[in-house]
Amino acid sequence: MPPLLLEARGLRRSYGAAVALEALDLAILPGEFFALLGGSGSGKSTLLRLIAGLEAPDGGTLLLEGRDITRDPPWARPVHMMFQSYALFPHMSVAENIGYGLRRAGVAKAEQARRVAEVLALVKLEGFAARRPHQISGGQKQRVALARSLVMRPKLLLLDEPLAALDAGLREQTGFELRALQRATGAAFVMVTHDQGEALALADRVAVLEGGRLMQVGSPEAVYARPSSAFVARFLGAANIVEAACLSLAAAEPGAAAYALRPERIRLTPGGEAIGANAAIGQVREAAFRGDATLFVVALDGGGELRVMVPADDPMPAMGERVALAWDPDDLVPLAA
Amino acid sequence: MWRGVLVLGLGFLWVPVLLLVGFAFSADRIPFQWGGFSLHWFAALATNERLVEAAWLSLRVASGSATLATLIGGVAGFALARWGAFAGRGLFGALIGAPLVLPEVVTALAMLLLFVTLEAAIGWPAGRGALTILLAHATLGAAYVAVVVQARLAGTERVLEEAAMDLGAGPLATFRTITLPLMAPALAAGWLLAFTLSFDDLVIASFVSGPAGTTLPVLVFSALRLGLTPEINALGAVILALAGLCVALAALLLRARWLEGGGEGG
Repeated sequence: MPPLLLEARGLRRSYGAAVALEALDLAILPGEFFALLGGSGSGKSTLLRLIAGLEAPDGGTLLLEGRDITRDPPWARPVHMMFQSYALFPHMSVAENIGYGLRRAGVAKAEQARRVAEVLALVKLEGFAARRPHQISGGQKQRVALARSLVMRPKLLLLDEPLAALDAGLREQTGFELRALQRATGAAFVMVTHDQGEALALADRVAVLEGGRLMQVGSPEAVYARPSSAFVARFLGAANIVEAACLSLAAAEPGAAAYALRPERIRLTPGGEAIGANAAIGQVREAAFRGDATLFVVALDGGGELRVMVPADDPMPAMGERVALAWDPDDLVPLAA
Repeated sequence: MWRGVLVLGLGFLWVPVLLLVGFAFSADRIPFQWGGFSLHWFAALATNERLVEAAWLSLRVASGSATLATLIGGVAGFALARWGAFAGRGLFGALIGAPLVLPEVVTALAMLLLFVTLEAAIGWPAGRGALTILLAHATLGAAYVAVVVQARLAGTERVLEEAAMDLGAGPLATFRTITLPLMAPALAAGWLLAFTLSFDDLVIASFVSGPAGTTLPVLVFSALRLGLTPEINALGAVILALAGLCVALAALLLRARWLEGGGEGG
């Protein structure tokens, strides 16, 4: 087992009667890109603020490289955070913003200048050193905020919705840059996001949070392909949730009350009549063109409906047409209640 | 038609002021009668010891009370904006702001009573004069400063201070490098407000001043009862010129800061 960078044990936090985190256990490995995925009120931002030290937990322990930092104030933690609003100091230039942490740490002037220049080059903002935050674009502000944290050479960098404030067009490119920076610096990144696409695309490991509890932790592939609960399956994209009682199902691992079934795993045959286990007949009710595929909503004869993704090259059924659906037993992912 | 309205509106504001400045250059002894151009009254003003002394006292009291008010009001405004929902916060805010709505006469009378009682009890402040006016004005000014500072801090995000702490700044360093610079425009504005308040106050100053503390407004007001001379017009013109100079200077400074790309300004 590799040494842990950060470990949370039984972390609890509530605001009055509202529970934000419920006895949460979490481990972050050195140098990994970890995504905390959850909706609003899931406790993901609270967890980030607890790790940064901006709030104190009601109970539980935080260990950084085995050392208890639960009671350390934020300025004494070698952990840095990039805020969602970037929180650039308006009365300082870009270079002064980036050098702020180095000045607090008492780094020598020449060394400060060298490291600020180095990190400006890293985020491709050479020539912007003298600008003020209100004179640069949103994407540039994001990179200044990132540089301000990275210049401290943290082993652990916290990112609060780092891409949320950017235009859609800029988001993908910035995501790749984030990934590249993470590899180049070797720091562990812990990113909070509500966007499952972002989490799956960038992270080495994803944790899905709901109601202050960890629902599932694993690689993007594992979490996507084998969701452990109906909530995770729904949150990670529009999977069908089918109940064993409603359809004739024969899963590879039988016994669960419900299964997740991905729309792209269902085969659709126009006009077919095939029947048996792992098949159903129904009528096309809705169609949504998605470019590389079309999503159909099929109302089943036995009640309920399934969403089916048909690749662009396959024959398309017409609206209202009767179709047969079939899938493999392996594609039924058993879900916990 | 709109031009007419504009002229009327501006005239309403500025004609009295222009009249005063104009008559300051009149040679006639009666302050509202034109008697030809003359700088005589400016020369008389410079040699009128009582006027110069009063103006000097007003300046000292105003700058002293504004500074004291900025200190007290700044701390109060900071506490209101940043210390969260501490016990009695609502009451504290109401008590701080009360002088804003209290009639000046009531404040003035209360101050006088306090100073008289204090002198009888502990012998300080001995007599009434510049010091008592300064203290009374600082009380009123602090309320204004607190309101301005609180509004400014409420408008700047707490997250900036959190970011500073996250980057290794303790509470003191955070205050010095982030909170204070962000408060500075509000502190400056509050100081100017308190200064003006003190400089042109008549009511409180007349209540709490003794024979040793005649500020400019008090002197001018008593001159009105004895009979005005055009010296008062000249004095008004000088004050107006100084105020205009200050405003222009402040505007120039702000412009320079913007040109070099500085700060958030106001």
